Parts: sequence; structure tokens; C-alpha cells
Amino acid sequence: MNRREEDVVIIGGGPAGLAAALSAREAGCERILILERDKELGGILNQCIHNGFGLHTFQEELTGPEYADRYIQKVQEKKLPYLLRTMVTEVQVLDDGRKRITAMNRDDGLLEITADAVILAMGCRERPRGALNIPGSRPAGIYSAGTAQYYVNIEGRMPGKNVVILGSGDIGLIMARRMVLEGARVQCVAELKPASGGLKRNIVQCLEDFDIPLYLCTTVAAVHGKERVEGVTLTKVDEGGKAIPGSEWFVPCDTLLISCGLIPENELTAGMGASIDPRTNGPVVNDRLECSVPGVFACGNVLHVHELVDHVSAEAEKAGQFATEYVKKWKVEGM
Amino acid sequence: MKELTCITCPVGCTLKAQLQQDGTVMISGNRCPRGAEYGRKEITNPTRVVTSTVRVAGHKDMVVSVKTASDIPKGKVMECMKELAAVEVTPPIHVGDVVLENIADTGVSIVATRSISE
Amino acid sequence: MKQYDVIIIGAGVCGAAIAREMARKQRRIAVLEAASDVCEGTSKANSGIVHAGHDALPGTLKAKLNVLGNKKMEALAEELDFPFKRNGSLVLCFHEEDRVRLEELLERGRKNGVEGLKILSPKQVWEMEPGISKNVVAALYAPTGGIVCPFGLNIALAENAAENGVDFYLNHRVTKIENRSDEEDKDNSCRRMYSVLTGEELFQAPIVINAAGVYADVLHNMVSKRKMEITPRRGEYCLMDKASGNLVKATVFQLPSQYGKGILVTPSVHGNLLVGPTAEDIPDKENTETTAVGLKKVMDTGALSVEGLDSRQIITSFAGLRAHITQYDSGVANASGDFVIEEVSDAPGFFDVAGIESPGLSCVPAISEYVAELVNAAYPAPDKTDFKEKRKGLPNVASASNEERQALIAENPAFANVICRCEMVTEGEIVAAIHRPLGATTLDGVKRRTRAGMGRCQSGFCSPKVLEILARERGVDQSEITKSGAASAILTGHTKDDAHVTFSKNGKEDTHE
Repeated sequence: MNRREEDVVIIGGGPAGLAAALSAREAGCERILILERDKELGGILNQCIHNGFGLHTFQEELTGPEYADRYIQKVQEKKLPYLLRTMVTEVQVLDDGRKRITAMNRDDGLLEITADAVILAMGCRERPRGALNIPGSRPAGIYSAGTAQYYVNIEGRMPGKNVVILGSGDIGLIMARRMVLEGARVQCVAELKPASGGLKRNIVQCLEDFDIPLYLCTTVAAVHGKERVEGVTLTKVDEGGKAIPGSEWFVPCDTLLISCGLIPENELTAGMGASIDPRTNGPVVNDRLECSVPGVFACGNVLHVHELVDHVSAEAEKAGQFATEYVKKWKVEGM
Repeated sequence: MKELTCITCPVGCTLKAQLQQDGTVMISGNRCPRGAEYGRKEITNPTRVVTSTVRVAGHKDMVVSVKTASDIPKGKVMECMKELAAVEVTPPIHVGDVVLENIADTGVSIVATRSISE
Repeated sequence: MKQYDVIIIGAGVCGAAIAREMARKQRRIAVLEAASDVCEGTSKANSGIVHAGHDALPGTLKAKLNVLGNKKMEALAEELDFPFKRNGSLVLCFHEEDRVRLEELLERGRKNGVEGLKILSPKQVWEMEPGISKNVVAALYAPTGGIVCPFGLNIALAENAAENGVDFYLNHRVTKIENRSDEEDKDNSCRRMYSVLTGEELFQAPIVINAAGVYADVLHNMVSKRKMEITPRRGEYCLMDKASGNLVKATVFQLPSQYGKGILVTPSVHGNLLVGPTAEDIPDKENTETTAVGLKKVMDTGALSVEGLDSRQIITSFAGLRAHITQYDSGVANASGDFVIEEVSDAPGFFDVAGIESPGLSCVPAISEYVAELVNAAYPAPDKTDFKEKRKGLPNVASASNEERQALIAENPAFANVICRCEMVTEGEIVAAIHRPLGATTLDGVKRRTRAGMGRCQSGFCSPKVLEILARERGVDQSEITKSGAASAILTGHTKDDAHVTFSKNGKEDTHE
């Protein structure tokens, strides 16, 4: 077993984790370690190749990878240590109040890291089809919008050619444009609610620019197709979100992309016994972004889903400071 | 009068564009100067920044993200995509590297938005 | 033409179990499966319950094989290393006037030889299961009830059969069976012979075992004048997040109705909670679509049994088809609703294993022995001396201790590379699942063997990575990897593929803005 000791361990190397690490160093924290499960830093920003990031942070409009790159450059300049392809499997609270993080990766095998403070920056995940309980068959061709975004923007692969998108959150809108730009046909975007959950600018530049219809108060009543999606039945819904009988219509397509909300990824958080806020699905934190477990801080989409990455960065900077203050205090009082 | 949604930033102001007698466009509803500029352009010569990807030599499951260095005429977007389809870059690539000059005869360059080392 | 001693049609849980059991004798055995993997039909979409055995009418095959199968499941799980748990079961009674039916069930169970049955008072029920509805007036407790991983069972049986020399032919849908028994061989050595055609390919054997699930009637009718009709009975289910997995420990039934044992709530062996199934007879043997009405019924009915069921905790829903025999032999319905496991009277050497609906999964260890005995009695064969009874399952990093994990990682660092974060499945496990006998070739195949993609994100994060590993390990392009065979490819091409043809505003013909 590989063992090491750190002042602050940051779980997640996306926008939240990177900003937290930089601000912790700024605040004087010496031993910092970022644990990232993917093969590179930057998190989900790497696949968000559209622009619109950074207006607050950098006063200019950047794409997701560019925004991430700014932070990655700084992390490398400051020589902040990080481990890639490293999965944290457990966070335990030790008797003396320190935390033990168990993680693993190919190079180090099993890792046991003892830290004074932990910053949770694991981000969020998409609600899958099952969580929406959409009836019908279960063929190939049903993807969450983020999965499709990965195929298209990272691998250069098309997950489908004739697409219906359920959910008008920003990822759904952005993917509508991406699919069209890459040669697919997007039949429509269906939105359960009476208004889109996405930014107005995305409705304009992602849907209206490409004549993609947005159907409000509409949802997928059934998925059809045995092997590959062959079409979906759309239905109008009333104010309560209940399907209106007789309003159904069939739309042929080979792909259904689902963009119906994000859920903070708090398995580790719940696993260490921290209280979870049922409204946000994130941990309950005090005004120092500290969870109900002392010395564990949370920032970014793991805390609650943010609309703008700029807000994530700002929040993460605070988390980095608070964690550093905690560590300094702990070193004085704890010894 | 025409109503527009400003796409310059995530605020998404609702703009009102009024064609003046002197042929200029009067914008109201904007909360910043960039909104006025956007509104005028959107009426006279709408433009967009295109973000996409290009192929990476030697990788069949990897592309690198790119963008137009500035906005290009909206009507040129598909032509831009057609030209990008033929582009293949060889690593290493750094953020900001020019991948292609004068895309679709717009005078605008295509630049990489992420780095690839190998 | 391929010549075998025994052809088994169907690589579902029955076909796989029978193949393994038959492989104890010196026989050349082929299993023909229409789908791209084992466990693709009824076997993959059911409750995963090992019933105690109090439901079936005494004297039926169902009753006999259920009680026996239940007893044998534990040893089989040990031998073949698949997840099984004896968690006990409860049948809830909500109305005083129904108590008599609960007592009937108790009596029936005793006649069937179910051990340890007893009727509990509401207080006893709540002591055992605090999550059970406050409306319960009594419950039948069966300590022998259990749960099994239906994929794990099916795959373990098939792998072990393959290790014992059984040839599996996947993607081989049987299109025609001919009884060639009258055409004697030149040397008169064999008087029974069936030709089994799978598209272009011809197989021959003197013994055919029909374990084709909802298609068993079609195959039966190819060789027999005593016509059979199977009407699939669709059952819809909701699978809940592991956060709901502790609502109950036992499998919770409601008093059964004419359509079966009703909607149950049960933990799964992997710690999820499963609610279902509905029961609806439908004509289409391929229709595994869920419905809004069905899924609502599942959750509404489940909520009558267990408190705290939360629809927001659903991570997926699915439907399966039970092979329900509606007619057999000149229009006479199969009145007892029993399994049909017999040598077809007008087709010697052709054995039906048909109508294996609930409690079919529970019966599997007994069905396979029963079939083997039938076949061996009629057509003996010498024992095999080198039959391998044991099979070791895949390593499981998620359930391993840190010491075990270290040992695995020391053997292969890929066991430290987590691919499916929800279920903690590593690259090492996925690669192993691909390279086993009858290894996974599809995304669903990997999922059923390793649980990658079974978790709360339902493969959102891991499917691109699993796809990459499958393509790499199989030496093919990602575009060739499917969800579950045939035309279920995940990817449709590269970006900008269609640039030269259809590159225009929203995929339509050029609009010349």
C-alpha cells in the first residue's frame, strides 16, 4: 500500500478542483494533492468546446478547453501535484479528525492518503433515461447529451444521424447545434416544462439559427425500435407534467439525446457520513463551504449545479482559502 | 422595430432594434456596449463564432477542438464546416495555434482551443 | 453440416443449465442461440427470485422442481461462483377476509415440502421488516426464499458448459427443424436424426432439446402434430438506486392472483431494489417495451407493500416476457399451467422444455437434472471422467477487501483503473470478461458480466470507455461494437463524414442562406 500525507487533498481536477488548489496554494497551503479520475485535468470542460466561458473570470469569451487550459497552465507553473486516472474509493474520518482517502490507479496501485482537510470537487452527472422512467423499448441510440458530447467532441465519432433531443437545458441546446454542424439532422428539442431551462442565447444561436423546433410542454411518451431507435412518440403535457391523451405524435429518428438535469455526485460525501441537502443533492455546508464533517469542504457542481463555470471558479477559490485556514488552525490547535 | 436576444453573454438581454432614417440602427434594452454592437451587427450583417473540431493525424478516435479566431458571417458557417472537414492536424498542438488561415474566404483564422502533446 | 449427439436450442438459463448437465456424459453437444450472447431473452429480464415453492399446486412439475431447485441453488452458487442469497420471503395479506387464502398458501407450501413456513402477525412482520406497510394484517414467511443474479446464474452455467466441451453457436437462429428419423443411415446405425437449420447452416443430432423460451412453441410445432401455443406474458419492472436497497431485506409479495404472484418488492443480490412485474398477455414475442401505465402500476402497487418507495430513486425500467403456454395438443389448453418438460410423443428424441415461466428461474438446477435424467433414461451415454464441476467467476473489485484489491492490482494494474465509477468496475474486470470462454462481445455483454453501466448513471460516463476497451481487445473498430448484436451499433460514423453530401443547415438540402 502506497501511503502519503497531505495538508489538503482535492478530489476532482475539473474547474472546481483546479481553482480550489490554486487558491489553497495562494493562501499558503504547502502540501496539496489533486486526485483526478480522468486521463487529464480539466474535467467536463474538455468536452464543452463551445464558447461562452470566462466572461467574469477573464473578461473574455473562451471555449471550455481554453478556460480549463488557463487553470491547468497555472497548476503546472506552480507545480501543484496531481494524480490522473486516480479513483477515490473511500474517505474516512480518523479519530484525530484527519481524513483518510483511499484511492487507486495503475501506477501506484492502492493509495492511502492522510490529509488534514479535503475539498470535494467531483462535479455532477446527468440524469439518465431510467431516472425519467421513459417507457418503450431499450435499443441502441439513447444517450445522455453529455455522453454524445464526449463521442462528438473528444473522439470525433457520431452517435447518430437523425436526432430528437429531450430536455432544453444548455447541454441539450448546445448538442443540437453540434449535431447539425457535424452533419446530422436534429428533428426537434422537446421540453417538458413551459419554458426552456437553457440560456436564451443558446436558444437563439443553437436552435433558431438552424431552424430546429423547440416544443414546450412536450415529452417523450415512448421509445420505439428493437435494435436501434426507430422513432419516438412525443406527447403534449399539462401544467402538472402529465401526458395529455390524444396529443401524441410520432417522430422518426435513430437517436434520442437526453438532457434533463444534472445531479451532484455525492456518493463519497454520503459515504463519509456528511449530511446531504435533499433540495440540491449536494452536501449541507456552512458559510465556510464546510460540510457537516469538519475539515471537508465542497465547491462547484458537487455542491449544487451551477449555471456558469465562472461561478464555480469563484466558489472554489473560497473553498481553497477556507480549507487552508482550517489546516493552519488545525496545525496549531491540533498539536 | 425588431426584437432580438443578445447572445454575447449568458445574460441574454432582450434588445430592440430600430432602423433610423439615416440608415443606422438604434439599439435599446442592452445592458452593456457589447449588446449594442451585437444588435447592430445582427440586423446588418449577422455573425457567429464557430466552434468545432478537426481530425488529428494518426488518431482515429481523437479530434482537437478549434474555433474561428473571431466571428464570421452567419451565412458562411456551413461553408466553414465543409472546409474544416478536410483539415487534419499533426501534434503537438497548443491552445491558440493557427490551424487554418482565411476560413471560407472570411479572412478569419481557425485556431486550436486545446493542446495535444503526442 | 455439423454433426452432434445433442442439440440444445436456446442459451437462456434453461438451455445453459441443461447443456452443462448433459455434458457430464460423453456427448458432443451444441447449443444454438439466436441472439449475440447468452442470457438475452426471458433469462435477462425477470425478478431474480429463488422462490420458496409455496405457490405451485402440489403434484405439478412446478411445485416439485421449485422446491428441489431452491434446495440445490446454494450448492450450485458455491460450485459456479455466482451471487445468491437466502434472504427469506414474505407474502403480505392486507384484508382479514383474505387470511384464509394465506393459510391455503401455507398448507400448499407444506404439501410441496417447503420448510420453515409460518404465518406472522403484523407485529412480527414489522419487527422483521420495519419498512412493510402498516396495513398488513398477516404475512406468510418463507425462510428458504432467496435471490440470485439472473445474469450471473445463466453466464456461469454457460461458461462452465463451454469449459466442459459444449459448443455454443451464437447468432444462430433456428429456422427449420426436420425429423429425418425415417431416412436410415447407410450403416443403419442411427434411427433417429433431426436436421436443424440456422439460416444457411445445417446441424444434425439424434437428440434435440427445445429450450427456446417464448419461441419453444414454434420449434415444437416444426416436429409435432400436437400443436402448442405460447403467449408471451409481459412483465414490467422498475429498478431502484442502491440508496433504496435497504427498504426491505426479504422479498415481499402480495397475495397472488390468477395472473401470477403479483408485484413484488425485493432487494437484488447487488443491493438495488427491484419492483415488479406486471402481467399482460401480448401476441408479439419480441415486444419488451415498457408502458407508462405499466410502470405506474408497478410503483403504485409496490407502494402498497413497502413504505418509502420513491419514484425519484428509479434508475431504470425494463420488461421481460414469460413463456406462458396458452394452448397445447389439439386446442386443449394447458389447464394446470404447468411446465411442459417431456419427450414429444410423436417426435422421439425431441425434448420440450417449454412454458418455463415463474418459478422457472428457481427451478433451473432441478430442471437441468430432470431433463438429463429423462434423456439419459431413454438414450444412455457413458459418464465423462473429466467433468469440471467448478467455475471461478470474474474478480470483483467493488466487493473485494483492500488486501484482495492489492493482490489483483499486483497481478494486473488494470484492476486499479476504474472504468464504471458508479459500480466500481475496473478495466481489469472488463478485459477479463471479454477474454473468458463465451466472453462478452457487446456493451450489454460486458454489463451483464461485470455490472459496468448498471449503476445510477446508467453507463453515461463509462460506455465510451467500455466501447474503446471492447474495440481494442477484439481488434475491431469502435463502429463495429454493438449494444446487443445485429443492428444495435452504438456509433453511426465519424464527425464530418457526411460533409461532402449533406452538409447543410440542419441536415436538409442546401438552403443557401
